[in-house]
Amino acid sequence: MLTLYGKTLTSRLMLGTAQYPSPKILTEAIAASGTEVITVSLRRETAEGSGAGFWDILRESGAHILPNTAGCHSAQEAVTTARMARELFGTNWIKLEVIGDSDTLQPDVFGLVEAAEILCADGFEVFPYTTDDLVVGARLVAAGCRVLMPWGAPIGSGQGLRNPEALRTMRAHFPDIPLVVDAGIGRPSDACAAMELGMDAVLLNTAVARAGDPVTMARAMAGAIEAGRAGFEANPMERRDMAVPSTPLLGLAELA
Amino acid sequence: MITIRGAGLAGLTTALVLLRRGAAVTLYDRAERIGAASVARFAGGMLAPWCEAESAEPEVLDLGREALDFWGEVTPVTQRGTLVLAAGRDRADLTQFARRSTGHETLDETRVAALEPALAGRFRHGLFFAQEAHLDPRRALLDLAAQVTGLGGTLCLGETGPERVDLDCTGMAAPLPRLRPVRGEMAILRCPDVEISRTLRLLHPRAPLYLVPRGAGLYMIGATSVESSSTRPPSLRSLADLLGAAYAVHPGFAEASVEEIGAGLRPAFADNLPQLIHRDGTLYLNGLYRHGFLLAPAMARRAARNLLGDTEDETDRQRLPA
Repeated sequence: MLTLYGKTLTSRLMLGTAQYPSPKILTEAIAASGTEVITVSLRRETAEGSGAGFWDILRESGAHILPNTAGCHSAQEAVTTARMARELFGTNWIKLEVIGDSDTLQPDVFGLVEAAEILCADGFEVFPYTTDDLVVGARLVAAGCRVLMPWGAPIGSGQGLRNPEALRTMRAHFPDIPLVVDAGIGRPSDACAAMELGMDAVLLNTAVARAGDPVTMARAMAGAIEAGRAGFEANPMERRDMAVPSTPLLGLAELA
Repeated sequence: MITIRGAGLAGLTTALVLLRRGAAVTLYDRAERIGAASVARFAGGMLAPWCEAESAEPEVLDLGREALDFWGEVTPVTQRGTLVLAAGRDRADLTQFARRSTGHETLDETRVAALEPALAGRFRHGLFFAQEAHLDPRRALLDLAAQVTGLGGTLCLGETGPERVDLDCTGMAAPLPRLRPVRGEMAILRCPDVEISRTLRLLHPRAPLYLVPRGAGLYMIGATSVESSSTRPPSLRSLADLLGAAYAVHPGFAEASVEEIGAGLRPAFADNLPQLIHRDGTLYLNGLYRHGFLLAPAMARRAARNLLGDTEDETDRQRLPA
């Protein structure tokens, strides 16, 4: 079981809702993934056009809605968007994104910490999308974040975990803070690898939405995350360089 | 007499099909001028079923094939194919697009330049969908209306019509549950310095673009799809993405004048496919999403069969919810 800001979740997969071929396929993918948390990005046009049917479809999925500040390029913009999202969705949850580079969509960690301080003080429960930098993670925790969302690779790149060692370091330094790998997952094996590292959950979007068959990929991701988590909990063997026979040395033929 | 509310794309197309089959038709539209209240005026006018099939249900390709012949008899159609391009660094998007679509050939730099000399040296890879075409949506609406009146149809503009009509084609104004608006944004550029003769699609992970030549140096550009019912004009950021993408296609667009910007709400159902719905004695044709010109002819024929009491075929039943 995973607890995020007091909400207990069975599924360790969180799903983004953008880029699907249709809301119908999105709904089916949400169901197939078994996810209990879906992210929704907010733009000004979306907010003005609230009540648009798309949100009803998301609400009907029954999953917790985690609004995000995707596409915000400054702390102030992210704070404004977060407040708008709280009004619209009636939740204190906010996935905080402050983009620092429009090409790699790398988080602006300075703006991120600044926005996190403001939002945490304002009663928000902040899920910061951050890099795998340990010190930034510590600053976000100091700001009041009780979840960290380090990237696996740039958003939408599908590169998998570019720096698993940094994630391992974060795990070791934040044993009590839920770590959610957010961004960069391309294939089920990437999601599985993140879970084997001891991450608490995985958030992904493009890998499912832009798969040829999003519903089947959603199911595959859910299976991979479950397998990876079980693998982590089962305490895997250490790697070694030599072969070790795995069948007992009994009853060998005595060759004269 | 068959009465139709909404003289936009769906209403006019169905009226024309009905008239050709000998029915008498009266259309009502709240707008004073043809197309003034129709979201179709912001459309690209691409007849591109093979490209659309990359991300749409297979029905779009099946129904869309009927469009090319239909429009050829109504309005000028430019059949020069669609050129799908991506910057070198986005080659993976092009590979994926090719894998998920049919009816295309792969182009190298020389072939891209042979098709569109203005793009020589700019794109090393492309896909060419030779069978696709495009039309000018505003011209097409006027030509449709002319054919409708030419065949004896009655057009009542500035009138909402009787309380109950036989066919409702009012898009987002229709009182249908589960119909949602999908906002689309567009701009029209005048750029006589750049000569591109066919529809281009630029693949990009964040700012994709389609560009449709309208002739005489005019180009329509668009791409954005936002789940929103806002009708405010495009934001600076949307426009910056759109215009930036045009500039990425050809730097000559830097000198273009922006003749018009606009945003429209495209009606869509949850599967993004159109539907015929019977409700309180009215047939509704709605949910054409971003496939208006592509799917209107096929859906109009089905609506007409329905209104004229033909035996419903398999396709009709699939599109009619129980």
